[in-house]
Amino acid sequence: MMRLSLPVLTPLAVLGLATMLTWVERRLLGLWQDRYGPNRVGPGGVFQAVADGVKLLFKQDWVPPFADRGVFVLAPAIGMMTVLLSFAVIPFTAMGGIAGGMNVGLLFILAMMGLGVYAVVLAGWASNSKYALLGGMRAAAQMISYEVFMGVSLLGVVMAAGSFSLRDIVAAQGRVWFVIPQCLGFCVFMLAGIAETHRLPFDLPEGENELGAGFHTEYSGLKFGMFFIAEYAGIILVSALVTTLYLGGGLGPVLPAAVWFTLKTCGMVMFFILLRAALPRPRYDQLMALGWKILLPLSLLNVMATGTIMMLRATTP
Amino acid sequence: MHALALLSAGIAFVGAIMVITRRVAVHAVLYLVVTLLAVAMVLALLGAAFAAMLEIIIYAGAIMVLFVFVVMMLNSGQPDAAREGEWLRPRAWAGPGVLAGLLCGELLYAATPFSGHAWPLAPLTARDVGLGLFGHYVLMVELASFLLLAGLISALHIGRNRVEDR
Repeated sequence: MMRLSLPVLTPLAVLGLATMLTWVERRLLGLWQDRYGPNRVGPGGVFQAVADGVKLLFKQDWVPPFADRGVFVLAPAIGMMTVLLSFAVIPFTAMGGIAGGMNVGLLFILAMMGLGVYAVVLAGWASNSKYALLGGMRAAAQMISYEVFMGVSLLGVVMAAGSFSLRDIVAAQGRVWFVIPQCLGFCVFMLAGIAETHRLPFDLPEGENELGAGFHTEYSGLKFGMFFIAEYAGIILVSALVTTLYLGGGLGPVLPAAVWFTLKTCGMVMFFILLRAALPRPRYDQLMALGWKILLPLSLLNVMATGTIMMLRATTP
Repeated sequence: MHALALLSAGIAFVGAIMVITRRVAVHAVLYLVVTLLAVAMVLALLGAAFAAMLEIIIYAGAIMVLFVFVVMMLNSGQPDAAREGEWLRPRAWAGPGVLAGLLCGELLYAATPFSGHAWPLAPLTARDVGLGLFGHYVLMVELASFLLLAGLISALHIGRNRVEDR
């Protein structure tokens, strides 16, 4: 029963959480910016997400006549699919998760993130309008660049754990969480994670003040909703990944593993939202310079240091 | 598993045909991505899950995005699609068809028991790939890294902002 229900329940749960997150984010932003945020629908505004969903559902499903119809419809589906597939290999508990023990689990997530770029790029191309195209091109350059540092920064964790399997990586953190020995890799991974989900402050592909709404300028109704929800699911995914790779996954005293995992992931999600409230958006060239001139050398340094320490440990008894 | 491998191979085959026959460049690239994904699936079914993931990350996830990027930059329109149609006349198919047929025959021969291969092959892990790359084939890896470094420096040289030229 467990084996059958998990593959069905996990995507539903992620979609539900991502929908709720739209309300949580607006309320938290309100709190940090000293205003209310949505508080009218239901107690404390809980049902705001439902109201928004109903509104999007009943909007006319319109495809611009100048767009490339097939690709235009395909793009949001790709975005949604790659994020949801990534959740399959996240080990929520020691035994839980759909395929938590997959021996190339981490590579699978990197592969899905790599394919996720197509959603944004194809949306920009298929819209056939200049703001969308500019947004799509920015997204392509940004996400390809930051994928490099993301992969390299993860190498340290893989070296320390000796495995690509996320379950093994969690098990290897029994003594000390990887956030302490791999603090450099952790910082690079966090920045790359924000850039991969193109969230503020790195949301240049949809920078409102210069590109309209960027790659999804021409989208409306449910297709826009899919981009929106996929972005929030992406936040949950990166938070769950940080929890798994650097914060010991479900490890922790007293409480059961699933509770610890949820608590840590929620903490990371809050941090993501706080970043949005706290930081201004950099210029596009500053973003790329930060990546190639600072993050790439730092992540390579991290790999070198990890390798050196491991070699010294292995040779000295 | 046999049926899955055949299905993936079939998808790869149809995808490859679609890549050649599409007139809009982005559609062709999309079918190429599908083909690469199908090939990765075949690799995974053969036991080389590591190679399959690298195929998706590097080819489907990075190189093909750059293809789309370039197509978007050049922004080819209606005249280009018409010219593509010109190029797809039946006469142009003869040469590539013969060569592809030869390759197909070779592949079919290699898959039969007559060629002396043992099937299925043993699973290949990340460890095996790493030991092979930095053990037996280390010279080749170093040569490839020279080539990549040269390419990187050339790109830097071409893309550099020359102040004196203005």
